[in-house]
Amino acid sequence: MHDKTLAELSRLLAEGSTTSVELTRHFLDRIAAHNDSLNALITVTADSALAAAEAADAQRAAGNAGPLCGVPFVHKDIFCTDGVRTSCASKMLDNFIAPYDATVVSKLSEAGMVCLGKANMDEFAMGSSNESSYYGAVKNPWNPDCVPGGSSGGSAALVAAGLAPAATGTDTGGSIRQPSAFCGITGIKPTYGRVSRYGMIAFASSLDQGGPMARSAEDCALLLQAMAGFDERDSTSVERPVEDYSASLGDSIEGLRIGLPEEYFGEGLDPAVAETVRAAVAELEKLGAVVKKISLPKQALGIPAYYIVAPAEASSNLSRFDGVRFGHRCDAPADLEDLYKRSRAEGFGEEVQRRIMVGAYVLSAGYYDAYYLKAQKIRRLIRDEFLEAFNEVDVIAGPTTPTTAFALGAKTDDPVAMYLNDIYTITANLAGLPGVSLPCGFVNDMPVGLQLLSGHFTEARLLNVAHRYQQVTDWHRRMPAAYQ
Amino acid sequence: MQWETVIGLEIHAQLSSQSKIFSGSAIAFGAEPNTQANAVDLGMPGVLPVLNKAVLAMAVKFGLATGAQIGRTSVFARKNYFYPDLPKGYQISQMDLPIVGPGEVEITLEDGSSKIVRLTRAHLEEDAGKSLHEDYSGMSGIDLNRAGTPLLEIVSEPDMRSAKEAVAYARTIHSLVRYIGICDGNMQEGSFRCDANVSVRLKGEEEYGTRTEIKNVNSFRFLERAINFEVERQIDVLEAGKSVVQETRLYDADLDETRSMRSKEEANDYRYFPDPDLLPVVIDDAFIDSLRSTLPELPAARRARFISELGLSAEDAGTLTADRELADYFEAAMCGGKVKAKLAANWVIVELTGRLNKENLSLADSPVDAGALGQLLQRISDNTISGKIAKQVFDAMWAGEGSADEIIEAKGLVQITDTSAIEAMCDEVIAANPSQVEQYRGGKDKLLGFFVGQVMKASGGKANPAQLNEILRKKLQG
Repeated sequence: MHDKTLAELSRLLAEGSTTSVELTRHFLDRIAAHNDSLNALITVTADSALAAAEAADAQRAAGNAGPLCGVPFVHKDIFCTDGVRTSCASKMLDNFIAPYDATVVSKLSEAGMVCLGKANMDEFAMGSSNESSYYGAVKNPWNPDCVPGGSSGGSAALVAAGLAPAATGTDTGGSIRQPSAFCGITGIKPTYGRVSRYGMIAFASSLDQGGPMARSAEDCALLLQAMAGFDERDSTSVERPVEDYSASLGDSIEGLRIGLPEEYFGEGLDPAVAETVRAAVAELEKLGAVVKKISLPKQALGIPAYYIVAPAEASSNLSRFDGVRFGHRCDAPADLEDLYKRSRAEGFGEEVQRRIMVGAYVLSAGYYDAYYLKAQKIRRLIRDEFLEAFNEVDVIAGPTTPTTAFALGAKTDDPVAMYLNDIYTITANLAGLPGVSLPCGFVNDMPVGLQLLSGHFTEARLLNVAHRYQQVTDWHRRMPAAYQ
Repeated sequence: MQWETVIGLEIHAQLSSQSKIFSGSAIAFGAEPNTQANAVDLGMPGVLPVLNKAVLAMAVKFGLATGAQIGRTSVFARKNYFYPDLPKGYQISQMDLPIVGPGEVEITLEDGSSKIVRLTRAHLEEDAGKSLHEDYSGMSGIDLNRAGTPLLEIVSEPDMRSAKEAVAYARTIHSLVRYIGICDGNMQEGSFRCDANVSVRLKGEEEYGTRTEIKNVNSFRFLERAINFEVERQIDVLEAGKSVVQETRLYDADLDETRSMRSKEEANDYRYFPDPDLLPVVIDDAFIDSLRSTLPELPAARRARFISELGLSAEDAGTLTADRELADYFEAAMCGGKVKAKLAANWVIVELTGRLNKENLSLADSPVDAGALGQLLQRISDNTISGKIAKQVFDAMWAGEGSADEIIEAKGLVQITDTSAIEAMCDEVIAANPSQVEQYRGGKDKLLGFFVGQVMKASGGKANPAQLNEILRKKLQG
């Protein structure tokens, strides 16, 4: 069961070959057997999962089950789940039981999906290796000495290891795509505004976007269908009909114009990764795509602009964690100042504190124009550059990451080296564009991700290109030996 | 030395919407602590603000009423600081692009002259909650009912030159926001709060002096006193050769003084930046036009009309139009022109308002509504009763004894206008008081009052006073 895609499990449920309860028990057993070593889930909600599975089976018996009804999955622990601890992998929220459901959570519940628990992640989604989690690092199922990527590292690892057929993730600078690449699964970051952020604990509000992570593009299409849509509780969600993402799967990509930016194949890229990605692009050419070299010179400004905008927003977003109403509060505060300082110093980890300080600095009087305003201008330039490129090409292709998954601990002492890991993913967030990462081969037995980007609200096209590739390749069907 | 006072006001008007500015919670005053605070108001992880459109409309109405530029694109910004009653660690306000840009209002001073005060801007923001330091030994209570209550912060230019001008300006804004129905103006409950920026300079100087900001003023009387105290204090400081410190000062009404709250150095760096959770608010002509059409006649225009068309004195027109309900009442009491404006104005200002004040009632609680008063005034106008009898009828109406006509009927108060009946009564009185008649005829004109009183008494107060005067005068002349 656990080597099947979500779409396959959905068909098995539909034809009555299995039940939601059976699937749920199977994946709960997988979690029980493997989570200790992987550390991919922070919280397992076995009882409520089984209850939801029974309800899903009853719904199916009543004849009104959709394609996701009864399918088990895991939520990244950044989505608020009513009555269940929502920790954001922080000591700050270790004791926080969310009093409400995020919009994404209620949408997937309404679709009949069965939530098995909450996935590990980098603390407050700040990180690219899942090593900043208060609950400890997550192991990469392909090699336990390597990181799974981050911040949605738990989600990626558990899907890769077959502990669930799918998981939710969030992507602020690559946090869905980079771990998907490192763990050999498929993940899509939708256009900013496509998926509601309500109930998704904010890291950087203008960049955060939730999305699905699963074994295939077809799976992602089914999941995104249920997650996407306008939400009146999120002013930044876009009031625009959701396309039928599954309908166009399998459409021909004859004549599809693919742009290969020279900047995505330059210095810092592992040559073996480059070769693997070029081979994947050649595969798309065989399917009729036309490949074109392009140049996106402003991409290089992405990392510095991002590391001003994201910390600035984070420094403000994380002010609500003050020890007053919820979350960690220090023991016996001497006064209000002490309450704030110690609660926050004890509750937040090092990376989170670093970003809060950077963010507060770039917003402070006298520095705002030089940093924050300038970064916002750069952001506009990057966006304009992308939009101009999309006049020439339909899709931009390249590696998701410069290397395959690196060793645990390799970059924890060098924040900038860690930040550079997101060099190919970060600009899509700055421009609000959708991006997908899909497995396209291996280097030294570690998965390589192909990233495809396209214009705003063209998720259907992206998913179709990924699906066409997956119809003629089987990288996405590979599973790490230890978890087969 | 000749000192000149310079004052600018920042007024926080609580907008009378049904729900909060960024959440669906109610904003009723006086509810149990924390019963009007939902997940958004509590700043729970993951929640997002959504702008209440009714609040936006109210701000635009204010802009239209002050002839201000309406911000076609306005932006909400975060003002970051930590305080326990500020749940998110930032207040959502507006900084660079407010909803209302420069405008102006005309104020009327005590001597009847008027002056234009320029408005710098007006912007929308959310209120904070309340910290309760009493009743909790060693702890503070937090009530977040008020958190997220919509406020319109109205900022004036430093155009006022005395405490009296500042009060006149505050009253003008107070009247205006109630007129257009965006604020109940209740100062005791904090729905209308004034902060005053005060400085002094030598007369003739161009540069402004260092200013202080006075907070916590919750009545117009205190506003005047606080400013006067602060002006005296600053003059004393300067005349002693020292400098005024730029700071925020709190007004203490019990001691009638201001005292230092925090200096500029202690002020926070609020790290303002555009709130990424809220898109820029873009409004179009259609929205503005739809609101323009809902604006009532504004106080200044109404006052001018009362003077020019109804012939009221400037003072009466000012009194009536200061409050929209009072002006509405007055116009209704005129019964479509059946009652003369001056008569209606007198009755509304003197009798009605006097009675309401005496019994500490608001106009809305008046036992006599405008229609009922109008009927009474018509009976004066058509000579059914005299003004004096009308007061008696009014008392009975106030006591709930019925309409003016019912009371006049039941008590037989209809004025006697039958000339022969009045003549008969005059004859009787003249016959009964021969010595007074002789004195009158001997030149003691003042005795006419005595005769009028006697006849009036005999008629039970019902004789038409004008007729009575005329008839008596003729008869006494013999």
